[in-house]
Amino acid sequence: MSPLLEVDDLHVQFETEDGIVKAVDGVSFSVDRGKVLGIVGESGSGKSVSMLTVMGLSRARNATITGAARFDGQDLLKASNDDLRGVRGNDVAMIFQDPLSSLHPFYKVGKQLVEGIQSHQYMSKAQARQRAIEYLGMVGIPDPARRFDSYPHEFSGGMRQRAMIAMALVNEPRLLIADEPTTALDVTVQAQILDLIARLQRELDMAVVMITHDLGVVAEVTDAIAVMYAGRVVEYASTLDIFRSPEHPYTWGLLQSIPRLDRPRDEPLIPIPGRPPSLITLPTGCSFHPRCPYVQERHKQVDPRLEPLPDDPSHRVACLLTSDTRKRLWQELSAGKAPEEAREEVVEGGFT
Amino acid sequence: MVVLLILVSFITFVIFYLFPSADPAQLRAGRQPNPQLVEQIRHQLNLDKPFYAQYWLYMKQLVLHGDFGRSYQNNIQVRQQIFDRLPATISLTVGAAVVWLVVGITVGTISAVKSRSAIDRIAMGGALIGISAPVYWLGLVSLYLFSNDIGVIKIFPGSGSYVPLSQDPTKWFTSLILPWLVLAAAFAAFYARLLRSNLVEVMGEDYIRTARAKGLTERRVVLRHGIRSAITPIVTAAGLDIGILLGGAILTESVFNIPGIGRLAYESIQNSDLPMIQGTVLLGAFFIILANLVVDIGYAFIDPRVRYS
Amino acid sequence: MSEPLVEVRDLYKHFPITKGILFQHQVAAVHAVDGVSFDVMRGEALGIVGETGCGKSTTARLITRLLEPTSGSVTYEGRDVTKLSRREFKPLRGEIQMIFQDPYSSLNPRKTVGSIIAEPYKIHRLKQGKGERKRAVQELMEQVGLNPEHFNRYPHEFSGGQRQRIGVARALALQPKLIIADEPVSALDVSIQAQILNLLKDLQRDLGITLVLIAHDLSVVKHMCDRVAVMYLGKVVEIAEGDTLYNHPRHPYTGALLSAVPVPDPDLAAAKRRQVLGGDLPSPTNPPPACRFNPRCPKAQELCRTDEPLLEPKQGGGLAACHFPLTDGEVAERVATADTA
Repeated sequence: MSPLLEVDDLHVQFETEDGIVKAVDGVSFSVDRGKVLGIVGESGSGKSVSMLTVMGLSRARNATITGAARFDGQDLLKASNDDLRGVRGNDVAMIFQDPLSSLHPFYKVGKQLVEGIQSHQYMSKAQARQRAIEYLGMVGIPDPARRFDSYPHEFSGGMRQRAMIAMALVNEPRLLIADEPTTALDVTVQAQILDLIARLQRELDMAVVMITHDLGVVAEVTDAIAVMYAGRVVEYASTLDIFRSPEHPYTWGLLQSIPRLDRPRDEPLIPIPGRPPSLITLPTGCSFHPRCPYVQERHKQVDPRLEPLPDDPSHRVACLLTSDTRKRLWQELSAGKAPEEAREEVVEGGFT
Repeated sequence: MVVLLILVSFITFVIFYLFPSADPAQLRAGRQPNPQLVEQIRHQLNLDKPFYAQYWLYMKQLVLHGDFGRSYQNNIQVRQQIFDRLPATISLTVGAAVVWLVVGITVGTISAVKSRSAIDRIAMGGALIGISAPVYWLGLVSLYLFSNDIGVIKIFPGSGSYVPLSQDPTKWFTSLILPWLVLAAAFAAFYARLLRSNLVEVMGEDYIRTARAKGLTERRVVLRHGIRSAITPIVTAAGLDIGILLGGAILTESVFNIPGIGRLAYESIQNSDLPMIQGTVLLGAFFIILANLVVDIGYAFIDPRVRYS
Repeated sequence: MSEPLVEVRDLYKHFPITKGILFQHQVAAVHAVDGVSFDVMRGEALGIVGETGCGKSTTARLITRLLEPTSGSVTYEGRDVTKLSRREFKPLRGEIQMIFQDPYSSLNPRKTVGSIIAEPYKIHRLKQGKGERKRAVQELMEQVGLNPEHFNRYPHEFSGGQRQRIGVARALALQPKLIIADEPVSALDVSIQAQILNLLKDLQRDLGITLVLIAHDLSVVKHMCDRVAVMYLGKVVEIAEGDTLYNHPRHPYTGALLSAVPVPDPDLAAAKRRQVLGGDLPSPTNPPPACRFNPRCPKAQELCRTDEPLLEPKQGGGLAACHFPLTDGEVAERVATADTA
């Protein structure tokens, strides 16, 4: 079964006063029907820009876009504006991080849903209203008929996000893109929203792309994960593989630097040294090399490509170290060694 | 509101009292007044009384009888003259407002949507000229160029040709075209720039991104989502500007010789005609205060977030 | 066992809500902090966690007197700071410092970094010798991991993480005894958060500073703090030693919070039967009667609606304000702890 969404070598560049920003620098991943893909990265990783570009929402910003993004066979990047509009909000829907600023403050919520419905379906106003109320109820908003007439600022944060989800689902999309949907929410509300998305995803057999910086969120909801750094995918595998046997130093760095509830209190946090790079002047060779504890001379010149592991083609990594070396490094790190120590250990054994 | 009006009338009174430019009694007395006549007139006009007594009497007449007094100049009721002149000012103001809003909003929108293009730069450059040109200069130039009697290209009726609507609608309309355009020019330019910058900012907001993500046509996104938000400061500014103009567009009325409140105010200052000055000032203040109130209430209609503070 | 540095007793802060066009009269109040009492021990790291509207940030500001309490006392080293005049309090300001959440708006963009860090010296007229100030500032910059040569740069030339370091340097200038950090890492990228957290932890240990950490992220607080207080709608509902709170929470709200945090381990995530709290956070203008958590509490009973529970020691756990606290069995079902990992 071919994937629902296939992104192939996507490049997105913006011209700014300071230079050309390579926001997305050769990204490839796919989303299968009915499955959830997580895109994990920090600010500047290109995770949001990739999906906004796939939706055609970067066109307004004078971007230079190359590559392909095939949705059900149709390359969205080459589609006309009209075709894209037909797909947006209809087959592919998107929800954003801050529901307060992402909903128009002057229009009632119900009206904003109806607008989305009537743009893509032939329905009378009354029918559209009914449908909107139905979906408001489906996402767990109590008393949906009355809340149809409420303004966004009259909702609480969690309810607003639910309303936005309803608005996205109202035309039964096959793919939902969720850009940091819970980052702005309190933790108990976040749990409610994640539960809601997971439940709806199952019920509607919808594919989801979950963009986030939170490794806990992807661990809970996703089937596969693409880890992005400086505009590229550095690791791409099933969720279990990413957490059980990660093979990129950045992924290791992320996993080791976050405080976790499931680890003892005195376990030290091992930060990733340095800062994310400027997207205008990316480092030569491997873009992670300035911050990588295992860097070698060759890494400063050669660009690693996203390649499958020899023993598992579904797991892809962009790193110049060999898979054997990486497995051993992760072994040492998991045993509690610091990165420098792990490097020492593995060097003893000789590695490339 | 009432408090403000009382304050305004009081201050006007004080200013007139402290800095009289001419003795009104003398002016009234005619060409060669003899001192007794002047004294008599002075007594008649209560000018020999202390200042606060004069003020008290004035306010009593005003509040109890709605009587603004009589003009020192021609002894006609102030109230009468104001009402006579009001329609002209209203015609001028409302017409100009329509022009400047339509032009300003259209140009501003196009500029914002095609931001940084040639059209945008030309439009905003033109707007800058429009704002910088003084109204009276623009008025005189337009008369010089286009007026029937003295202009180079004789299209429009010239200065002094205003007739009330009830008298001759066509002539009323044609005589106001140049004044409308002239008065609207600076405002249109200002509003175009204002809308452009607001709209550009609004178009970068998150909810615009959501609207596009829903698959709405760009037209709908700009009109229903963009302008709806960007128009708020325009509405409030327009309300206030109209309020001020209703108090009298002095320069335009003077250049085009339109018998409105503005002209009346100007003449009354020249003639040190205190009751008339008081009348026009109070009227102007009234309109401004009213405009402020309307704008405040209107804001709550436009922005639902304001309704609950 | 150390003695308390700060004692908060019966602290209340109500923000009035007024109505009226010409003459405003009070119609309601936001009960931001509604009767809070706790101690901050000398040298410890105390975490205050809670969600939006729980009052943790307001409490922080009350301790530093950025806000005046409606009633109650905040005793610092034996003196009630809420009763001191501004002038009497001024010297204490050097001892109690605050670090803010948003590194982008908490630094004056028109001042150089050196000037920002030196400002406490200017205000308190310290280090007036020529060059003395500059030296002191550069030392501070090194201490927080900034390049001292960047003394003359402006905030916008620094990244978020670096700006937060500037905020820390500024807080350290007067050698404070107490630092209150209000969400110091929430606005930072994940890979930078660890750097700042480690910095705070090291500084706390090396300089013997007492730290009060306000956060909504339970994992951050677990890592940084010796004791944790959980707030809900203006009240402290549980307070306990770190390990005790995280492994043996007693208040159902604490349990729900811990249960809600997504854990970066897919196997654990699948095994945990998460307890999802229904309903919304009620408004602090009109808190529910008696136990504020009762409308959403899975264990609520009639008593909870009539009798407000007091903060008392609970078996197997710390202090909790609850009539029907959680048992270890209930905890094991819903929460992925270090024990169960």
